[in-house]
Amino acid sequence: MRFIIPLIVFIVLVVFLGIGLKLDPREVPSPFIGKPAPAFTLPQLAEPGKTFGDANLKGQVSLVNVWASWCVSCRQEHPLLIELAKENILPIYGLNYKDEREAGLGWLKRLGNPYTLSAFDADGRVGIEWGVYGVPETFVIDKRGVIRHKHTGPITPKAWQETLLPLIIQLQKEGSPS
Amino acid sequence: MRRWLLALSLSLALNSQAMEIRTFDDPAKQQAYEHLVKELRCLVCQNQSLADSDADLAQDLRTEVYNIIQSGKSEQDAVKFLVDRYGDFVLYNPPLKPVTSLLWLGPFALLLGGLAFFALLAKKRSQARAAEPALTDEERRRLHELKNKLEG
Repeated sequence: MRFIIPLIVFIVLVVFLGIGLKLDPREVPSPFIGKPAPAFTLPQLAEPGKTFGDANLKGQVSLVNVWASWCVSCRQEHPLLIELAKENILPIYGLNYKDEREAGLGWLKRLGNPYTLSAFDADGRVGIEWGVYGVPETFVIDKRGVIRHKHTGPITPKAWQETLLPLIIQLQKEGSPS
Repeated sequence: MRRWLLALSLSLALNSQAMEIRTFDDPAKQQAYEHLVKELRCLVCQNQSLADSDADLAQDLRTEVYNIIQSGKSEQDAVKFLVDRYGDFVLYNPPLKPVTSLLWLGPFALLLGGLAFFALLAKKRSQARAAEPALTDEERRRLHELKNKLEG
């Protein structure tokens, strides 16, 4: 009987520590979930004369993937994006973050280009507007141009199957904005 | 020996120079800036402040803070700029909200719980002591005897 209370305290402590081990401290909750994508207008990576902005994100469910040629994890994620692009489920827009145009274009040429198009954020100002802190980051945007989910770090097949894809399918079923 | 000390102190001095040099048109702004970058957390090296971190993003965010302060806006504006984009996570001193209530009130709740536990324990013990029967004359005599034997 006298061991009951220490035992309970111990179990509670173990449970809390166990949860703490499972949490990823790099996953910082984004304050943007449920809010419209931050306004921006950027030149496109491939065609500097054309622009791309938040207005272009309205009308259909899309992914915005923040990437850079200097980013090692982006390279790790890249084959998965190529696969997704082949399946043609939704447009994948790239945000080429703090990169050089030549380097970014060369990267896409060498490894393949999964992006519908990439916007070119040379100084990273738009990245800051979007609360980007660790490339790659992926945002799920709904038909109204609202950010519904953010994935920090490379998309894993597990995250795609269990979180992103079900959400995208659900969002695609939602009615279009009138 | 002296040379080593010199090298060591030099390298330490270089280490503390993670921040770039900024010029302000008003010493109050400089103070606000220096205070802010120590209060705000870098998202890349999560246990460093913006002032301590040498990460690329920390540098960019310091520039944002600098621009906001230099343009004459308040410290609150700069904090709001970062919280709007990165959440309360950037604050080393997060506000009291429903989400952070456990963080703020948890330690006090634990302290109260602990005190209540000890009060209960103390009460139980004093009750148990009160419930003990008093010594009889015979027992008192034996106790006295034993005491004399031990001390004598």
